[in-house]
Amino acid sequence: MYVKQISVFLENKSGRLAEVTSILGKNNIDISALSIADTTDFGILRLIVNKPDLALQVLKENGFTVSATDVIAIAVEDKPGGLAKVLDILYKNDIGIEYMYAFVGKITDEALVILKVENGDYAVNVLKENNVRILSANEVYSL
Amino acid sequence: MRYWDEHMECMERGTLQEIQLKRLVETVKRVYTSVPYYRKKMQELGLIPEDVKDLSDLQKLPFTTKQDLRDNYPYGLFAVPLSEIVRIHASSGTTGKPTVVGYTKHDIGIWSEVMARTLVAAGADKHSFVQIAYGYGLFTGGLGVHYGAERIGASVIPISSGNTKRQIQLMVDFGTTLLACTPSYALYLAETMEEMGIDKSQLKLKSGVFGAEPWSENMRKEIESKLNIKAYDIYGLSEIIGPGVAFECEYQCGMHINEDHFLPEIINPETGEVLGEGEYGELVFTTITKEGLPLIRYRTRDITALHYDRCKCGRTLVRMEKVIGRTDDMIIIRGVNVFPSQIESVLLEMGEVEPHYQLIVDRVNNLDVLEVLVEVSERMFSDEVKKLEQLEKKITKAIEDTLGISVKVRLVEPKTIERSEGKAKRVIDKRKI
Repeated sequence: MYVKQISVFLENKSGRLAEVTSILGKNNIDISALSIADTTDFGILRLIVNKPDLALQVLKENGFTVSATDVIAIAVEDKPGGLAKVLDILYKNDIGIEYMYAFVGKITDEALVILKVENGDYAVNVLKENNVRILSANEVYSL
Repeated sequence: MRYWDEHMECMERGTLQEIQLKRLVETVKRVYTSVPYYRKKMQELGLIPEDVKDLSDLQKLPFTTKQDLRDNYPYGLFAVPLSEIVRIHASSGTTGKPTVVGYTKHDIGIWSEVMARTLVAAGADKHSFVQIAYGYGLFTGGLGVHYGAERIGASVIPISSGNTKRQIQLMVDFGTTLLACTPSYALYLAETMEEMGIDKSQLKLKSGVFGAEPWSENMRKEIESKLNIKAYDIYGLSEIIGPGVAFECEYQCGMHINEDHFLPEIINPETGEVLGEGEYGELVFTTITKEGLPLIRYRTRDITALHYDRCKCGRTLVRMEKVIGRTDDMIIIRGVNVFPSQIESVLLEMGEVEPHYQLIVDRVNNLDVLEVLVEVSERMFSDEVKKLEQLEKKITKAIEDTLGISVKVRLVEPKTIERSEGKAKRVIDKRKI
């Protein structure tokens, strides 16, 4: 039920992001979603890729500080209020969101959202009970 | 046996000071008459030996530095005819000409005495088996400990350094009870022991005296648990005599200086002004019993503080704290002395940080600012900004608590701080003063 997200520590200096994407490109790794959280000094690059294990390995080999985290990928209706509905479910069940980002898939009537929550297993159950579509890892990697 | 020489080690300070003064006066006379270098230096200051009437008159005398020893290479500062010299030691000379030191028969006797005190304080007696894994040769470590161990009648195993597996085998077979070597070699011995499948229970080892390089309290704990011993810190430098200048007792609250032979002072390394008890500064020694190479106010470049309150062990000899740094790598930020080693120990204590760091000093609007770069390791990395910011704050607070000044901690990518084969370049000073 989880998708493996790759997180990379980046200093805020030019060229670092280009380097990450170029390493992934050279290794034939496809990025399906990415987000950057940044502070004044550093940023954390979060990536969803088709081959997370390989991505972890090649980035490490190139000297980056990298970790793999389990996140949840869900599909929401691509219309006004679609995301609000899901967030409301999480709120009512007291599930705090650590971070989230949306990404574009090739499926037309759904918007895809990556969620990192405090209690993943509980969140997955709640979402399922409320008929929110959770994407499988394979589904996401092949996007 | 708790003391080697209870009379000298536990003497009332007043009596000790009388002895110190008498010996200081003799030393000053001796260098004035026998060492042209000192006579010239004193004459330049308008001093004659009779000006030293009180211990506080020590402050009038000139300093001696390592450079002075080099300038007078090899025998220029010796105070006796070379026929009286029975032993010569020297530093490796990696940073210039080696510093050469010479001992008379009497000097070797003093050295043996102070090392005997050191070893007894670390639990040795005539029944001990002392394995000396310090290098023998021009380096003072090996022979210094050797003569001290012989003086107390212990059985000496003079194996010198290296040959690690054999060291361990002999330690087991000969029943070594006290190990003398550098702290890093003690850890290496422990690791090799594990690889050889030898358990610490097979050893009779009770204690160890470790010195010749800086080491942390964490390292002490590691040596103590891995070898199942009590680890004692010792201090010395060849210019003063070698190992045995100062030693730890069982209470391990600083090292007792053998101040009936070596008169310590703490000075401000910038101004030369003498500092008070408990204040950090450069340690300076005047030898007051040595014949071959007496030194007046020798600047060690080591930074520490002195404490005169009575130790629980009963010794009245002043205690010096573990050396916290060297004047050569000290930086002054807003008037506060900062040593890279202080920051290193903060990072090591936090446990989650690799000690790869660099200090960048700059001056912004006439104010010194200190930025500490810390490499982010996999262990401390998190995919959440919040957690990394908490880590940054935790490091900042720990460093500020230690240094007493504000700093800016910046997390950087691994391997971005320059590595060097030898001494790491820890400080970049961008101030244009």
